[in-house]
This record gives sequence, structure tokens and C-alpha cells, in this order.
Amino acid sequence: MRVELSSKKLRSDFVKKIAELSGQNLYLCYQCGKCSAGCPMGFAMDILPNQIVRLVQLGLEEDIANSKTVWLCASCLTCTARCPRGVDLSRVMEALRLLTLRKNKNYVEPSKIPPETVADLPQIALVSGFRKLTS
Amino acid sequence: MDLAYYPGCTLKTRAKNFETSALAVMSALGINLVELPRWNCCGTVYSLAEDDLIHHVAAVRNLIRVKEQGKNKVVTLCAFCYNTLKRANLVMKDSPDKRFAINTFMDEEPDYAGEVETVHLLQVLRDDVGWEKIAGRVKHPLKGLKIAGYYGCTLLRPQSVAIDSVERPTILQDLLKALGSTAVDFPFATECCGAFQIVNNRDIITERTSAIFGSAVKNGVEAIAVSCPLCEYNLRQTQSSTKQPQSGVPAMPTLYFTQLMALAFGLDSAVCGFEENSPETRTWLKSKRLIS
Amino acid sequence: MNNKPFIKRALVIGGGIAGIQAALDIADGGYEVILVERSPSIGGHMIQYAEVFPTLDCPQCIMTPKMVEIAQHPNVKLMTYAVVQKVNGSAGNFEVEIFQKARKVDVKKCTGCGTCWQKCPEKVSSEFNAGMAKRTTVYIPFPQAVPAKPVIDTEHCRYIHYQQYMAGKREGKKPPECRICEKLCPVGAIDWEQRDEIIKEKVGAIVVATGFDLMPLSRIPEYTDDADVLNGIQFERLLSPSGPTAGVVMRPSDGKTPKEVVFISCCGSRDPEHGVPYCSRVCCMYLAKQALLYKHAVPDGQAYIFYIDTRSTGKGYEEFIQRVVSDGVLYLRGKVSRVFREGDKLSVYGADTLSGKRVEIAADLVVLGMAVVPSDGTKGLLTKLGIAFDEAGFVVESHTKFRPLETSVPGIFVAGMAQGAKDIPDSVAQGSGAAGRVLTLFAQSASADKALAVV
Repeated sequence: MRVELSSKKLRSDFVKKIAELSGQNLYLCYQCGKCSAGCPMGFAMDILPNQIVRLVQLGLEEDIANSKTVWLCASCLTCTARCPRGVDLSRVMEALRLLTLRKNKNYVEPSKIPPETVADLPQIALVSGFRKLTS
Repeated sequence: MDLAYYPGCTLKTRAKNFETSALAVMSALGINLVELPRWNCCGTVYSLAEDDLIHHVAAVRNLIRVKEQGKNKVVTLCAFCYNTLKRANLVMKDSPDKRFAINTFMDEEPDYAGEVETVHLLQVLRDDVGWEKIAGRVKHPLKGLKIAGYYGCTLLRPQSVAIDSVERPTILQDLLKALGSTAVDFPFATECCGAFQIVNNRDIITERTSAIFGSAVKNGVEAIAVSCPLCEYNLRQTQSSTKQPQSGVPAMPTLYFTQLMALAFGLDSAVCGFEENSPETRTWLKSKRLIS
Repeated sequence: MNNKPFIKRALVIGGGIAGIQAALDIADGGYEVILVERSPSIGGHMIQYAEVFPTLDCPQCIMTPKMVEIAQHPNVKLMTYAVVQKVNGSAGNFEVEIFQKARKVDVKKCTGCGTCWQKCPEKVSSEFNAGMAKRTTVYIPFPQAVPAKPVIDTEHCRYIHYQQYMAGKREGKKPPECRICEKLCPVGAIDWEQRDEIIKEKVGAIVVATGFDLMPLSRIPEYTDDADVLNGIQFERLLSPSGPTAGVVMRPSDGKTPKEVVFISCCGSRDPEHGVPYCSRVCCMYLAKQALLYKHAVPDGQAYIFYIDTRSTGKGYEEFIQRVVSDGVLYLRGKVSRVFREGDKLSVYGADTLSGKRVEIAADLVVLGMAVVPSDGTKGLLTKLGIAFDEAGFVVESHTKFRPLETSVPGIFVAGMAQGAKDIPDSVAQGSGAAGRVLTLFAQSASADKALAVV
């Protein structure tokens, strides 16, 4: 299957929104893959972080929406620290999460977490987890 | 010396042992950590979206509380709080537009422009107390113990808030050396444990902590010193699964650096609250005759 | 200045291949030239290499004749172990102060027999071998050095330390008096009394050919500091028949033959966040060459090259890359995030963006293609010369297209890496070009005004 590219897609609201929310210029990325090479959560990702950037560049919103990658990002900023182009990928991941969360869609349902787990988890885990993964 | 101290939620609940040990060792060093009145949750994570200013408000309110005390510096123990407060302050200091919006929103509060510096306790130990003075206070050197510092993420990244070299920090090892132990560096000392993903996916965290423990064992580490309550939790709570025979990862004692300081200083071990640590940690401490 | 005679004599600063070429061309053109080099021998970086791309020539074989010619040319005044410390005047009439460091060896008496450097008991890291071997403190940097006369490294010499100790200028344990070189020298050439000198010269034109250094490995701290993590020049020495292992490729840590070798491109280059924004232009080619030479040395070994883009735009370069690829060197398109020691191996965490895979290699040896930067001290020298340089410290040309060898000061020209990253053919071409500009200036200097109009 071919992916259809067009100026409309490349300049879609999606692309603009991600640039706005993240404050990042995605075109700085030259796809070296250093982010993916060092990502501590990369082992669990179906699409690698550098590919996420590429998909945003191409305006392929669906592909990203169908991937778990942005929900696996732990905001550890390893990619940010090492990116040769100064792209703060953690902000791009956040922007992509917010695109879903702001539609009132949760990635994690707090009600489905067992109460004994909630009671055991430190507050920083709960609050940050809910901040990142729920609307 | 009195220093303004921001505890944060976790230190009052799941990481009490971090707080009690820290207050005790600092007092032994002649420093009183004076808890801020009326502090609130910092928000735990710094908001990474450009338009998400509301989530900086909680952090900024705490900084205003510090300023109200006539102080320009606040100490944190929790690595997450450190990162969130420090980064929120950079917004207030360096982004005039965002500063204006946040100040306008908080119209019941005095205007704030980033006057309060957030420091982590490790920085106080290094920069204000000094390793020599700490070494001088040691009564029972942790001699021969191969302990590694595990830094996690939030004290080192991003660069703008790093308390040490982003890639090759030494601050924890330096402290461990001052306590008389054999400080060991290991390659996973700055690798993320998976952080808040624990709320959703324990297996992912286990994968991470297995790698961290595995690397520690390969490098001859017998105990890990941590500075972040979330790292501590993740390392402790996933041990039961990493202990399974197929993983080949043995139990790894995990302690807050302040607990090790209290032991080395010869303080009453009650301040350490070791009952909150893993059973493996207590077993190890007993085997080394550090506690009875 | 129009009243003063136009001095038809040139100064070349830097004795690497660009400076050597410039000096020889000016000398062959019939004018006197002073070649100033700060290390004890000319030869620059090129003489350190094992073989050069894409022809795989031996640089020592092709360079030695040029170096000897420098030493013997009646029009060349060679000053090694010397630096330019002050420049005044303008085109046609530069007054130059050259700081000649004391060699502590009388070069008129010295026959270069080698007794002193064979017997000197004090050993320090060898610059020529990029720290991969030791040298003595009275030394010539390498066997083909020009001049083939030693210097005494006063920073490390035992007798100098002894003298400093006796004069109360040195703390600690009393160093041995030593003086073995002096005792053994058959012609009495060791001269402890020799002092640093300031030599004043007048020249009409200057060529800056100060070359490059490699960015320190520490600038990319996620790649561990380890005996088996080398920069490109260190690996050249390991491949070189004249190197510390006589060309036998072995791991510096334990002497074992490395079976898995990882080469990483763009270490600091194209990385404005941690290094420099520009492309270093030579790394793609020399890493490919090194991988090929490694394959020749260790036929059952595997070489991996991490790259972002392969830049092979010189003549015969792309063909060379394709030869390396088809010879089984594995190219992986991506950067490496981390290199760390794990037991007997170096763990390399990389990416192959072509397959979309994260890759991990347990390597025996890692070679980093570190960015080239202007040689240490370049900005200071350029400031003294009053010529413009960019943020990185490279000389800014008078016009990038049409006056590429002219600097912002008339009468001062640039050649080689001092102007920007480039390979050997380009450096030689610029050396010749700058010499041509000097000769043109001299030819037209009958009228200084006219001469200046062309510079």
C-alpha cells in the first residue's frame, strides 16, 4: 500500500497542532535515530521514537494513533539530552498524548487499578501517571 | 543553619523513612530543614506542553511560600519535586509571557518572577556542607561495602536543571566515598526505571529494573543508594519478580542515601525506618552488622 | 608603507601537508620562505596515518620526499619547535616575532645518531602515536622526523626537574640528576644552557596553515572513557606498520585481536547541541578506509559503521565506499546512543533506521569519528594576525567563491584545515593555491599599490 502525500497532509492541522503544543520544530530532525537507540522504553514500543517524528513530518496521524509508543514514553528525557539537533522529543510525545487526552479519552482507567495497588503506590507515581495517561 | 524545606506528598506517606533519616543526618551536620508552612503538591511532573500553564501553578505557589519566608532557596529530598519546582521556576524566570499569564491567573498571590532557587539535598551536601565535613562526621565508616549510586532521571535531565554531569554524574559516588564505602559506578546508574509507567504496566518496570539490577550485579554492586522515592519503589516492588530463578537476578538491597548517612554517622537506626525498606535490604543490613 | 621596499619573502605557519606544499611552491617559485612549525618536526597529521583514502597510499612513503625537500631547499628556512607570537605591519612589510623554544640540543653538533633518545630513562605519552605509546623526554617524534634532530621535553626531563628542585622551584621528592643523554652524547650536543629565543623576521606575505585537532572524546560523554574506545587518529596508529603494534590490530586493554569493531560517524560533527554544526568531511572516508584495513588485518573480524549519511563526493570516493560495502563491512544507518563497558566487551546501543530496529553490539573495539576542529591555539594566533575567523575558529575567506585563499587581511592567505574541514587533496591544492597567490603578489609588487589591488 502506498501512502498518499500531499501539501495538504504535510501542512495539516495535526502537524501544526503538534508543533504548537510541543514548541518544537520537527523539521530539525534528520532521522539519525539516536533517540530510538537509547530509549529505555524502546524495547516495548511498536513504532520507534524517530519514526514517530517522521510520521508527524509526513502528517500521518492515524499511524501514530494506532501505536502504543507515545503512551510508553516515561518522559525520562534521555532522547532530549542526546539529540544532536536539539529536538525535545519528550515534548513531542506529550503533545501527541494530549491530542488524545484532550478529547476526554483516557489511556489508563483509574477505576480499573486495584485499590490495594493504589494504596501501595507512592503519590508521585499516581499523580504523574494520571497526569500523563488520563484526561 | 536553617534551610527552607519542601517535603512533598510522598515523603509524608510512602517515603517517610527518607524524610526521617534526612532530617536526622542534617541535624547531625548542624542544619535544620525547616518545613514550609502551607505547602501543597507540586504537581509531580513538569508539564511539557507549551499551552499547559495551569499545571505550573501548583509548583509556583510553593515557591511563593518560600519567598514569603524571606528565603530565596528551598531544599527538596524528592527528586520528582526537585525537577518540577526547578523547571517551573525557570518558566517564571525566563518566559515573560508565561510569567504574566500565571501571575495574572493567581491574582490572590503576590507576583512572582523566579526568585527562588530549588536545590536538592545532595547539592546542599556537596556545595554547602562539603564531602570533607561529612567524612569527618562519620563514626562507623561503611568500609568495604560496594555500594552504587542510582541517579534516575529527574536530578540529571534536562541539562538546565542537572545537579551534576548529565551523562557521567559522580555526586552520589562522592557521598558514598565520604561515608567510607567502596563506591561503585555502573552503566545503568542513569538509566530510567520506567517511572510512572508503574501505574499501568508492571511488566515494563520489571524489564527495566531487571536490566538495572543485572548491570549492578555484573559490576560487583552489593547495594544501591537511591535519591528518588519512585525509583526506590520501582526497584523494591519489582524485586519479587526479578528474583525468579529464570531471571537470575539476585535480591539487591536498596536504600536512600540518607539512610546510609545515618548508619555511617552512628545515629539511632530508628530514624531510618528500615521497616519500610525491602526484607532483602534488612537482611543485608543485618548480615553486615549495620543493624541488629 | 609605500616608502618601504616590498619584502619578497614569505612566512608559512604550520608544517602539515598544506603548509609544506605552500612552502615548497613558494621556494620553487624563487622566493625565500620561512616555515614555522610548533612541534619538533614537520609532517602534521598526515604523517600519522596508516594509509590514505581512496588509493591506500602509504603517507610516509609519499610525504617523506616532500619533507626532506623542505629540509634541503636553499630557499626554505625551517623553524620547528617555534611559534609565531607577534605580527605587525601590512602586506609587503610584516614584522614577525617568532618564539623559538629551546631544544636544549645544539643542532649544529648533533648528528641525529639516536643514542640519547634510545637511552633516556624517562618516558611520557607520545603525541605522534596519539597517546597509544610512550616516547622518551629527549626525542624525535617519529623516525622520519624533519629535522632528524631531537629536542628535550623540558616539562618532563628529569634533569630539568632536578634543577628546578635544587632552585627551590619544585616540591616533593628530589628527582634524580640523570643527565644520561649528556653523558652518552658522542658529540657533546646536549646544551642545558640553551634558552628560548625571540627571533624577528620581516616578510611580505603570510600563509596560515595551522591545521586541525580532533574534538576530545569527553565532549560525547555518553560514549564511555575506555582504553578500547579510540579516536580516528589513534586507530590509524594501531593500523600503521610504524605504529606501536607494528600494524598488528589489537585491543589496547589486553592485546587481544578485536573480532567485533564498531565505527561511529558524526561524533560531535553535525551536532550543534554537543559539538559543532558542520560536517567534518573526512570521517566518512577514513572510517570506511579503516574498516577496510581492519578487514585486511583481521579477515574473520566484523566491522560495523554507524552513519547518518555517507559523504563521498571526492574523486574516486564513492567507488571506494562501494568497495568497502561490498567487502562485507556492515553499514548501519543510525547513531549510537551509548557505549559502555560490560565485562570483557563494550556494549554499543545503536539504531538501524533502515530496518527500524534498535541494535546492540558487544564490541571489542569502538572507533569514534570525532569532529575536526581548528588546532589548539588557532583563535589566539588568528587574533594576533588580525584576521577574521568564524565561531568555530576557522579562517573566514575574503570571498567564499572568488577569493577562497585570501583572508580579511591583505597579504595573509590560508590553506588546509585552518580554513575548514577538508581532505588531503584539497589541502594540497589550497597549499599550492596560496603559494600561487603569494607568488602573484610578489610578481606584481613592483608597485605596492598595484600589488595590493590584487590581494
